[in-house]
Amino acid sequence: MSNLNISIVNGHIIDPANQIDQITDIHIQAGKIIALGDKPEGFQAQKVIDANNYIVCPGLVDLRVHLRESGHENEDTIASETKAAVAGGITSICCPPDTIPVIDNAAMVKLIRLKAQTEGVAKVFTLSALTQQLKGEKLSEMRALKNAGCVGTSNALFPVKSTLVMRRALEYASSHDITVFIQAFDPWLSDGCVHEGQISTRLGLAGIPVSAETIAISRDLQLIELTGARAHFCQLSSSKAVQLIQQAQASGLPVTADVTAHHLHLTEMDIAYFDSNCHVIPPLRTQRDQADLQDALKSGVINSIVSDHQPLDSDAKLAPFAETEPGISGLETLLPLALKMLDDKKMNLSEIISRLTIEPAKILNINEGTLGLGCDADICIFDPDCYWQVDKNKFFSQGKNTPFHGWELKGKVIYTIKSGDVVFLSN
Amino acid sequence: MISKNIQLDEQGRLRHFLSIEGFKRQHLVNILDAAEPFANVQEQAMKKVPLLRGKTIVNLFFEASTRTRTTFELAAKRLSADVLNININTSATSKGESLLDMLQNLEAMHCDMFIVRHKQSGAAHFIAQHVSPHISVINAGDGCHAHPSQAMLDMFTIRRHKQEFADLKVVIVGDILHSRVARSQIHALTTLGVSEVRVVGPKTLIPSNIENLGVHVYHDFQSALIGADVIIMLRLQKERMQGALLPSEAEYYQQYGLTEEKLSYAKSDAIVMHPGPINRGVEIASSIADGPQSVILEQVTNGIAIRMAVMSQALGPKSPNGGKQP
Repeated sequence: MSNLNISIVNGHIIDPANQIDQITDIHIQAGKIIALGDKPEGFQAQKVIDANNYIVCPGLVDLRVHLRESGHENEDTIASETKAAVAGGITSICCPPDTIPVIDNAAMVKLIRLKAQTEGVAKVFTLSALTQQLKGEKLSEMRALKNAGCVGTSNALFPVKSTLVMRRALEYASSHDITVFIQAFDPWLSDGCVHEGQISTRLGLAGIPVSAETIAISRDLQLIELTGARAHFCQLSSSKAVQLIQQAQASGLPVTADVTAHHLHLTEMDIAYFDSNCHVIPPLRTQRDQADLQDALKSGVINSIVSDHQPLDSDAKLAPFAETEPGISGLETLLPLALKMLDDKKMNLSEIISRLTIEPAKILNINEGTLGLGCDADICIFDPDCYWQVDKNKFFSQGKNTPFHGWELKGKVIYTIKSGDVVFLSN
Repeated sequence: MISKNIQLDEQGRLRHFLSIEGFKRQHLVNILDAAEPFANVQEQAMKKVPLLRGKTIVNLFFEASTRTRTTFELAAKRLSADVLNININTSATSKGESLLDMLQNLEAMHCDMFIVRHKQSGAAHFIAQHVSPHISVINAGDGCHAHPSQAMLDMFTIRRHKQEFADLKVVIVGDILHSRVARSQIHALTTLGVSEVRVVGPKTLIPSNIENLGVHVYHDFQSALIGADVIIMLRLQKERMQGALLPSEAEYYQQYGLTEEKLSYAKSDAIVMHPGPINRGVEIASSIADGPQSVILEQVTNGIAIRMAVMSQALGPKSPNGGKQP
């Protein structure tokens, strides 16, 4: 790592963490942000980046990135997927515990951290498994895992069937001030592959009703009230889920929620005739749900946008719909899809960037997503007016599985800087 | 996003036959009209016509079927095509990769048409999207999605008994949720302008939002039968008793089985249909299945003519406009 003295000049700096929204300069030394505005006395920039007409914001923080395909070796994927992250302006990613092997022991945490440090170009954070082997039976050593570096705990896509185990897990996590990340779905009602509604009926595919999500959220909200645990609900998919979270927040429960970039812009109708790239869990729902998710993002009920990046082999999507693997390779389209909210919902740039930086960083309780003085110089510089066409074949990610291939999107990452090093430069 | 209808070629002619959805009324009428002469051919001593001589048709069945496969085979042979039957144990090709590999092998043998049956919804679409441009794919049933040739033979049978589609009240009874036949019938009936399509069954067997397909939902069989011109009974799979969809066959028969008494609520000239194979005493009383209002065996016969029509439209000699564009 070189760690040059860098000055980024003439850029429009948007840093919601510090309420900065103005055209000014930023100066970096030894990997840290040392000044905004005039350069400090004696500072000699070895590299000057002209960010005229560009937005300069904190490197994005993505709450959910699956680093590798289940069952496959991870030899190259931390390298390739963190490269995809920085190409998308993302400098911090958080990996859920459903890796193979599962992140339920300190050795696994250390292995991922080590690999990330040696091979990765973005910062990699991990969640610990909530229960051992994610089986929903015994509690994981979540305190030891926290000490090893986990920034939260989760049972990932495996619902904890036992209400008692879920209660205990929330109590235990809460005792050690650990945020529980919940992907809420009822195990009994989730045996489908698309939203239960028009499309499931038309295409004859097994449906997942909205109640699969709301029953699980309702149960867990009751348990959160009972235990005092702090929880984050992952990838809301329906209007009714938004309502439940909104009510819980209004009554003072410590809960937050995120939405994926694809749920903000796609609906069940995009499945058309069995487009397996639109096979995701939770499923894409109706236009009404999509509009309410957008509104909830604007109002702040949902305070983070995630990619829920899942890089898959090309074979994984080459089968009849129900036999394909769910998931989208989302790192490289996260920012432009989020920026689409400028037009769709009249959110301003600062609101959008906060939901990609400081808000997710707060949920993880990490010192990222900010351009504060003394903080790591993790910075994304993008051209907000540049249109580009998504080409999956140009993805850095090994996963080419995207429903956005061919879409014309606005907003292109020009530079990504991590700890003072330029880790991505658009050609 | 509306994707392109891959069932039609650049000139708007039939290329694949995957689902009724996507076809206009005139397309369907063309198929029905094309089937008429074939229905007559079958009654002659010399049943073969040379329309598809030199073509190779592959019956690619990933799911067991006797009747559908046989009628496709007969239809192909009566069109003078060569027929290859391949029954594939689904477990051997549970991965899409090997499915595509297998298709490529078949393509290398210079086949012209795949007739596909598969337990997964969308399988025929998937195959159609990956075959070479000269190959046609006919869906012979995919999961719970579609069985378009069955629906067309049903329309053909209805047309032979009832003159105008527009005036009809059609009742479809039973396991709509799992039925690809019902879905294709609904699309065919509404596309052909039938004024009222009613679906009947307990909520456990009616898919959500089915009203959006243009049908009326009934849970009470008798009230649905009032004024009906056509009654289509669906086969009830035994496994529906598992998974808490139904309490018992006996209770099902009591509520949704077609008996003489219930049939009396329909119009006196109503016809009774069933895609087969029938479960006597579960969906339908034997006296009705074998009675004067039943057209169940006619459906089987008409299946050959309809399949000849579909195959010859997709593979046969094509005039520039084929007379097929609406």
